This record gives sequence, structure tokens and C-alpha cells, in this order.
Amino acid sequence: MTTMTPDAGTQDEAAHEARFNATVAADERIEPRDWMPDAYRASLVRQIAQHAHSEIIGMQPEANWITRAPSLRRKAILIAKVQDEAGHGLYLYSAAETLGTGRDELLDRLHTGRQRYSSIFNYPTLTWADVGAVGWLVDGAAITNQVPLCRCSYGPYARAMVRICKEESFHQRQGYELLLALSQGTEAQHAMAQDAVNRWWWPSLMMFGPPDDESGHSTQSMAWRIKRHSNDELRQRFVDICVPQAKSLGLTLPDPDLSWDEEREHHTFGPIDWEEFREVLRGNGPCNEQRISQRRTAHEEGAWVREAAAEYAAKQVQQQRHTREEDIA
Amino acid sequence: MSTTDWPLWEVFVRSRRGLSHTHAGSLHAPDAAMALRNARDLYTRRSEGISIWVVPSTEITASSPDEKDSFFDPAADKPYRHPTFYEIPEGVRHL
Repeated sequence: MTTMTPDAGTQDEAAHEARFNATVAADERIEPRDWMPDAYRASLVRQIAQHAHSEIIGMQPEANWITRAPSLRRKAILIAKVQDEAGHGLYLYSAAETLGTGRDELLDRLHTGRQRYSSIFNYPTLTWADVGAVGWLVDGAAITNQVPLCRCSYGPYARAMVRICKEESFHQRQGYELLLALSQGTEAQHAMAQDAVNRWWWPSLMMFGPPDDESGHSTQSMAWRIKRHSNDELRQRFVDICVPQAKSLGLTLPDPDLSWDEEREHHTFGPIDWEEFREVLRGNGPCNEQRISQRRTAHEEGAWVREAAAEYAAKQVQQQRHTREEDIA
Repeated sequence: MSTTDWPLWEVFVRSRRGLSHTHAGSLHAPDAAMALRNARDLYTRRSEGISIWVVPSTEITASSPDEKDSFFDPAADKPYRHPTFYEIPEGVRHL
């Protein structure tokens, strides 16, 4: 039965929602214990989890080259970078946990294919130059995406992003430096750098997600100020940044349609193969299966470490209690 | 056993002498010693700290966001607690 006067619960709800909307509209941050709409919470958990998963899956294509880095300097840099990615995953799982969904649950969703990670990590790193291309283009695209997230309406996510963006800057620069060294090296090294850029360019553009008119979550995310710019806007920004950087590298970008549009004051670029993007999302990218099975194996094979640590902690507590009882006796 | 059994810890980092510890984030660890080590690896990879505190999250008592208006109200109508409340004639110095 419907009544004309809303009951107290509904009125409370309305007051909460009004306060939430006012906070977001005033560009203030929502904090974990504040009331928030269920859909806002769910949307954040989905986005933060996907982001966290991308960080830890992203460790794989790069860790692939640690043992084969061409110098101790490059090896130390790569280890530090891969360790950073693990750290970024942890910051983000912590941020998701403030919304009530723990890390174990999220990892379980990843391992059982119920949640995704960025499609970019389903491409293989075939040569050493790929480490450079990943740093320059993949981390570069990630930074373009992430800088606006530092002002996201949810406090813990925004704070995690501030830390991550600070650290990503080194990731991108080491990649650029690596590619520059190859580009200015022997003919074969130059060709290797160009080949890596050719393969990573288009997938990097896909990292910004589907075009605005096909992006399902965007409008609501922008209204909630989780997201600040549209996919196409960020993609354009990235292309504009990369074109002169490629020139300084002495490398080309694999797009015959790339040109400067005097009127728009932006670069025009060729059509993106969205069918490839959808195929990779469907699980048919070159490395989808390998990435998830490696993640599962790492998790399962690490179980004994987690168990041993928990067991040790439990015994320490027991021993302390025992000593205390003896002291009293 | 899974990491669900590992309690959550809040991490506070002192970035340099003379500053207080500031909340950096949280992490899971089986005990306090491991929490400290994990915190070092997670929050001070670039020399961001010279001292770390870890506190079990369950040990923190927080004010409720629902009553934040009434809880902090008492301070709201006492502008005379601020030096700018007082009018001092021009030219009076060191005040």
C-alpha cells in the first residue's frame, strides 16, 4: 500500500542523500563512514578493484624481463618498478576495503573471472624494448587517466591515487629513457624500439575505454565526481602529449592518419579497432589465460607462507599469555 | 587459513624529526612485528619516514559521522577563542 506521507525511514534516507549530494557538489570528499548511495559504493568497489587487479596483474609482463635485463642498473630499476606495482595494488585494495569489501573477496572475484583488470596486460612483452614501451606508453596512459582521479570524490581512493601518481612518474621516465637508449643505439636496437612502439601504441589508446557514446558507466561516474573527464577527452590529451615525445625519441607512431588539426588545435588520429578491444575483454587476447593462471598459482603456492605467519602470530600470543600466568602464579 | 584472519592495521608515519606521525594508510599483517615490516615496505619505499606506528584498526574509537554537527557544535559559536575576534587600535604593536 502506498501512503501520501513518507515514513521516517524514507525521510532519513532523503536527508542523507541530500547531504551526500551537497558534499559532492561542493567538491568536498566523501569519507568511509559517511552515508552514501548503494550504487555509489558498488560503482567505486568495481572501479577500485579493477584498478587494483590491473596493478598486480601488470607485474607479470614486466617481471618477465627481470632476469634478462641488460645491465645491473636496468635490473635494479625494473625490480623497483615491479615492487611499486605490488604496492599500488595494496593501496587500492585498502581503499576498497574502506567500502566494506575485503582483499580476499576481491582476489577471489579476480581468480574466478568475475572481475576484470585492464585489457592492456593481456598483451605479451616480446622483447626488452617492450619494457620501455610499457613504461612510456602504458604507464603514460595510466598517468593521464589517474591524475584526475587524485580529485575523485571518494577520499581514500583520491589519497591512494596521489601516492600512485607520484610513483608512476618514475615508471614512465625510465621507460622513455630505455627507449631513447635503444633508439640511439645500433640499427637493430633502433628497429627493436620501433617494433615495440608499433605493437603497444594502439592497445595503449584502448586503455581509455570505449568511445564516449558507448561508455556505460561514464555519465553516472562523472555526476558523482568519481570521474572528471570523458574517455575520449583523456585519449585526445594522451595523443597530443605523445606525438612530440615520439619525435624526440626518433621513433614514429604507427598511424598513417595522424596529423595536426589547426582548427581544433589537437592531433587527429585514425580509427581504433574496437573489435580487437572487445575480443581481448572477452578473454581472447594473446595472454588472458596465462595471466590469470599465473596469478592463481602464485596465490595458491603462497598459501603456506600466509598460514605459517598466522600460526606464528597465534603461538606468540599463546606464549605471552602463558608467561603472564606464570608471573601471576 | 586465509588472510581474512590477518587483522587490519592502521599505519602512521613520521616523515622527519620535529613532525608528528601522520596516517599513511592501512594494511593486513598477522602480528605487530610483521605489520611494521610490511608498513616499511609499503609506505616508506622512498625514504618517506624515520619512524612508524602500527595500530590494530579495531583499537581505534572514532566519532560518528551521523552526529558530526551536534558533536562539534559547541565550538561553532565561540569566535572569541580566536585572536582575530578582538579589535585593537591601530599602531599598538607586539600584540
